[in-house]
Amino acid sequence: MSLALPPDAPAAAGLADPVLIVDHLTMRFGGLTAVGDVSFQVGRGNITALIGPNGAGKTTVFNCITGFYKPTEGMIRLRRADGETHLLERLPGHDVNRVARVARTFQNIRLFPQMTVLENLLVAMHKPLMRASGFSLAGILGLPHYRREEEAAIARAAAWIARIGLTHRADEPAGDLPYGDQRRLEIARAMCTDPVLLCLDEPAAGLNPRESADLNTLLRLIRDEFGTSVLLIEHDMSVVMQISDRIVVLDYGRKIADGTPDQIRADTRVIAAYLGVDDEEVAAVEAEVGLTGTEASGVSA
Amino acid sequence: MANTSTLGPIAPAMTRPTGTAFPALLKDAALFALVTLGLSIPVVAYRTDLGQGTGLELTARWGLVASLCLAVFVLRLAQRLILGEVSRRRDARIRARADASAVAAPKALRPGRALGSLTLAVALTLPALAALGSGGLSEGRYWIDLGILILTYVMLGWGLNIVVGLAGLLDLGYVAFYAVGAYSYALLSTVFGLSFWICLPLAGLFAAAFGILLGFPVLRLRGDYLAIVTLAFGEIIRLVLINWVDFSGGSAGISSIPRASFFGIPFTKGEGGFADLFGLSFSPMHRVIFLYYLILVLALITNVVTLRMRRLPLGRAWEALREDEIACRSLGIDTTITKLTAFALGAMFAGFAGSFFAVRQGFVSPESFNFLESAIILAIVVLGGMGSQIGVVIAAIVMVGAPELLRNLGFLKAVFGQGFDPSEYRLLLFGLAMVAMMVWRPRGLISERHPSVRLSEAKR
Repeated sequence: MSLALPPDAPAAAGLADPVLIVDHLTMRFGGLTAVGDVSFQVGRGNITALIGPNGAGKTTVFNCITGFYKPTEGMIRLRRADGETHLLERLPGHDVNRVARVARTFQNIRLFPQMTVLENLLVAMHKPLMRASGFSLAGILGLPHYRREEEAAIARAAAWIARIGLTHRADEPAGDLPYGDQRRLEIARAMCTDPVLLCLDEPAAGLNPRESADLNTLLRLIRDEFGTSVLLIEHDMSVVMQISDRIVVLDYGRKIADGTPDQIRADTRVIAAYLGVDDEEVAAVEAEVGLTGTEASGVSA
Repeated sequence: MANTSTLGPIAPAMTRPTGTAFPALLKDAALFALVTLGLSIPVVAYRTDLGQGTGLELTARWGLVASLCLAVFVLRLAQRLILGEVSRRRDARIRARADASAVAAPKALRPGRALGSLTLAVALTLPALAALGSGGLSEGRYWIDLGILILTYVMLGWGLNIVVGLAGLLDLGYVAFYAVGAYSYALLSTVFGLSFWICLPLAGLFAAAFGILLGFPVLRLRGDYLAIVTLAFGEIIRLVLINWVDFSGGSAGISSIPRASFFGIPFTKGEGGFADLFGLSFSPMHRVIFLYYLILVLALITNVVTLRMRRLPLGRAWEALREDEIACRSLGIDTTITKLTAFALGAMFAGFAGSFFAVRQGFVSPESFNFLESAIILAIVVLGGMGSQIGVVIAAIVMVGAPELLRNLGFLKAVFGQGFDPSEYRLLLFGLAMVAMMVWRPRGLISERHPSVRLSEAKR
């Protein structure tokens, strides 16, 4: 596993001003190196996809970025548009969202199932509402200031509920929603924390083609209208290839490629590691090790 | 936002032709009655009879017309109401089939609210009801005392509901905070001579401080582990109170704790007492009734604060924490602080209740704060349905009132012989009730959760 890589694939427009810089990130669990020396950048206002076969370490990278793991080595920097920089690996778990404003969703959906759709979104606006309620003291007394702030928060939540097409089910428990709606709701909830960077862990998993298309529209909306940079893990290539501005490919915890969708599509290492190996290539390798053509086709079938 | 409409399915415009407003129904029925009136004036109102001789006689029958109109009115109203109900049920069935998950809860809300108001009305008038029912204030004392006991448990249940029902932290040592409150008042009043009204907030503060003190090391634990540590904490407090004799008087407890006064006016006979000042004839019942309303007010404050908290971001964060701690962390909620606030607030209400307990009994000893108390309070919360306020009230009445009821079942002696004492079977029945609950209502008596905010109401 010692692939000598060029340090960086050609930089796209957004990369001149990266929002997230991951430097030499390594994460070891005991003797297992889940992520080894991975460096990549997420351009501001870009949708960047992190792909790779199962077990490549994508979710581990995510957990390091969002504060759920403390990386063994390396540095993760978040740069705001005004140049303010946060070292994510040093922040306590909840501050990654509260202070650095990095939001995430989960591979297995983590909504608050008994709370309603609206309440789920209001929980995401915890920080501004806590301040408005005077850390509950003013809120207990029912001061008008908090009332106004809460109404504004509800209006904001309602706008997101409308965007994901759930207005008619806004007062139902989130756990009762169908799977695709829950996925979209989780993204809306993450967006309600007003993030600079939104990390989505397999947002299209389990969606049907129509829901996948809806998801693409939603992600483009997030990028274009809210200017939020998106980093997503995804296996669904129709999503990845259509909406990504850049793609980072991991395999066995190492970065094997980094570039635009067209570059990735053409990258032989990626094809070999992820999308499968060409038949001719298989044949060539098999010829090298001395297998006959018929046997080779039998193996590849 | 040009492309939002493509993002998801727009709500199917299912306007249900149901639930016509009652005034409209009245109007409709009145119209029917009016038509009946118009028709019946020429047909029914006058009857022609053969009179004496050759002429016809007119007999006015306005009474019959009136009753006809009334009958039509009532029948039409009943028809509309019944048909409306039938069609609503059918619609509901169709809707339920259309999307099984969309069972709206607002209908269930109304009986709950009615039950709540009824309970509150009974609670407010209980002394009067007891006096009327048993023919005199002093004769009604038993009922008022029982009311005080039940309300104490209601208050404790509501306090624990914050910790267990809302924040989802299983606390088996809640009685420790109750003990802290009781001993705070007992010690502050006997040693420093402070009045009840100064001690009450202090007791709450001390209990909350103990909640935070316990919470810091403990709250990183979850579920069963948290339950075990809180259980141990409850026992530690009790054992300290037994063994630290210089401080707490040991198992002998603290006696002759000053009684509550009416905001400084003592409930004593003679000059300067409550009865003297208000021109009443002295009765020991004044103090009991005052205590009753005191615990009622304290309990209602607990309730109001809890209901308010549910609508505040902190309260929502508690519930979110109960549902998914990891998701909370990803949304920037400091889980430790959030848990601590729930623990501290729950402990504070236990402190208030404890100091009320001390002022009512006039005597505290560690034996009042054993594990069984914690178990009863927890059982009240769990039986009532975690997070449900009215459920706690019902469960407290059942759990505290039922043993009292057993004491009064004298007729059972006639069945089972003279030596039979029904109250000895208390725990057996308690266990049976628990098993029955687990089978039929595993999520508590009132298991629906009411949203803290509704989009449909917020928009207005």
